[in-house]
Amino acid sequence: MSQTTKTPPPSAAPTEASNRVTLGWSNRLLARPEVGALVAAVVILIFFLIVAPAFRSPASFFTVLYASSTIGIVAVGVGMLMIGGEFDLSAGVIVTTAALFNAMFCYQLGINLWVGAILSLVFCLAIGFVNGYLVMRTGIPSFLITLGTFFVLQGANLGVTKLVTGSVSTPNINQMDGYQTLKAIFSSSFRIGSVTVEITVIWWLLFVAFSAFILQRTKIGNWIYAVGGNADSARAVGVPVRAVKIGLFMTVSFLGWFIGMHTLYKFDTVQAGNGIGNEFLYIIAAVVGGTLLTGGFGNAVGVAIGAFIFGMTSLCIVYAGWDPNWFRAFLGVMLLLAVMVNLYVKTLSTTRKVG
Amino acid sequence: MTDTLSEHADHELHDGEPLIEMSNVGKAYGAIRALKGINLTVHAGEVTCVLGDNGAGKSTLIKIMSGLHPHNEGVMKVDGKEMTFGSPRESLEHGIATVYQDLAVVSLMEVWRNFFLGSELTSGRGPLATLRIAEMKRIADEELRKMGIVVKDIDQPIGTLSGGQRQCVAIARAVYFGARVLILDEPTAALGVKQSGVVLKYTAAARSAGLGVVFITHNPHHAYLVGNQFVILKLGEAVLDKKRADVTLDELTRQMAGGDELTELSHELLNS
Ligand SMILES: Nc1ncnc2c1ncn2[C@@H]1O[C@H](COP(=O)(O)OP(=O)(O)O)[C@@H](O)[C@H]1O
Ligand SMILES: [Mg+2]
Repeated sequence: MSQTTKTPPPSAAPTEASNRVTLGWSNRLLARPEVGALVAAVVILIFFLIVAPAFRSPASFFTVLYASSTIGIVAVGVGMLMIGGEFDLSAGVIVTTAALFNAMFCYQLGINLWVGAILSLVFCLAIGFVNGYLVMRTGIPSFLITLGTFFVLQGANLGVTKLVTGSVSTPNINQMDGYQTLKAIFSSSFRIGSVTVEITVIWWLLFVAFSAFILQRTKIGNWIYAVGGNADSARAVGVPVRAVKIGLFMTVSFLGWFIGMHTLYKFDTVQAGNGIGNEFLYIIAAVVGGTLLTGGFGNAVGVAIGAFIFGMTSLCIVYAGWDPNWFRAFLGVMLLLAVMVNLYVKTLSTTRKVG
Repeated sequence: MTDTLSEHADHELHDGEPLIEMSNVGKAYGAIRALKGINLTVHAGEVTCVLGDNGAGKSTLIKIMSGLHPHNEGVMKVDGKEMTFGSPRESLEHGIATVYQDLAVVSLMEVWRNFFLGSELTSGRGPLATLRIAEMKRIADEELRKMGIVVKDIDQPIGTLSGGQRQCVAIARAVYFGARVLILDEPTAALGVKQSGVVLKYTAAARSAGLGVVFITHNPHHAYLVGNQFVILKLGEAVLDKKRADVTLDELTRQMAGGDELTELSHELLNS
């Protein structure tokens, strides 16, 4: 028997020259998730530079970056979660939950804001865990589970706030212990020349870089694509599917908490009804950035570009002097276009190439 | 390919030693009884062939060994210790690698990422350790070439390969990572004649390297080319369990084709 096994298999015939074809650069480029978004971003940028003169200054550019970062930070997590094949509709209201928790807990007890910030983080991570655990345990689509969480949090945000404060907003916390350091971390800004840079822009870039690193360069990234692309196959080769997905839900709630902290330490008070509807903005940023709704495809840079398109459009419509209501209509059109482009790119990258 | 197999085979293996022993194992999916009273031993350096019609319970049997789902009756021992695997990961950690019939690859991921999925090479430990990408690409390419598969681009999504090529990637991966037991669930079903030949050679080579092999097929000719032990399943029960010396290809073929029922049928047809 060892005789036969030592001869090379007969079908090892195809040679390098006959069968090895390097894909053309255009094909490779088109198969990347973020390319469509990049092209769209450049077109929209040029368009607004032409029609909105107020946009043509470094200061407005950084204002746009700030607007992008407040959506983009949570979108980093939502994008990763969607690559992992799941949705989180509670990502918008959890931002408000995080801020309310921190503000009311500390104000009522009169304790250092850091205590509330950390407990709020633990609470948000717990919500993320429950989302993920329920999805994995019951097999019910995450769309429904997190729709439930969304309503629970939305109701609780308002209900608890009214019970505790008697109104729908929290008292001002800017005289309390710990305020200065927390503000420095979550909502400070600095100047470079004539422009003001909000710290969330820096945080956003860091989170995007970290997410890109995780997705492309670590085994966890490999697992995220695999659980989104084909969870059963991933499990069969030993990927801990449940842990990966629960971790993704917790990542989203961590980033939601982060923006919650930003909101609180920027405005010093929180409106209990805020955040509703933002979950769709995160999802739109991810989809416009090339993330496939069905999972398994997308990347961090694409999601960042998606958030940038959002930030740019929301402000430039104002810079151009148009009715801001058009913004939502524009978002809808972008989303539809993006979904179609993504579908095309996916087909392109998975159909067999001749050669 | 012998290099890969003998390099990666566990050197503690001794031919004939029992690696997986099942006694009286059964499995029910809710109300459906898929497997009942199975006794089967996988020996090092031997190929155990499991044959049977569609729905006979072959895949169910190997999914118990590979940790995809637990058995609910009987005892399974792995390396002498009683075991119920909670996940495929646990089974892999015991050196058991499986090529599934229905769960092969993640189509949107690159060929090399699929090859190493779940067993990635990293520099250092911990969740943030970086992948050794260049090395993984090189190994994946080499291992596929040994099977006679030359992909155009190791970076292309695996969904762009043909069904047979994808199957070969799954097999090459199992051969590369399976140190003690290699389980192949109908590996030749989607393959052409040439590729089937390659898979059969791999099966034989794995046996020569001292691994225990479980080879599932409904082709008795393929089974007889490589098998040391033959088990035929029918409606979840073993209807034949014989060593190579005690069985002929004719008998296997006849049993597979329906055995006595076929004889009866032919009488009926001839006499009518
Ligand atoms: N996940 C499952 N849930 C319920 N029934 C199943 C499942 N998997 C297999 N079965 C049933 O178990 C029996 C054996 O299936 P299987 O082991 O896949 O057979 P084979 O691989 O021999 O074709 C079939 O009747 C099949 O319908
Ligand atoms: Mg089967």
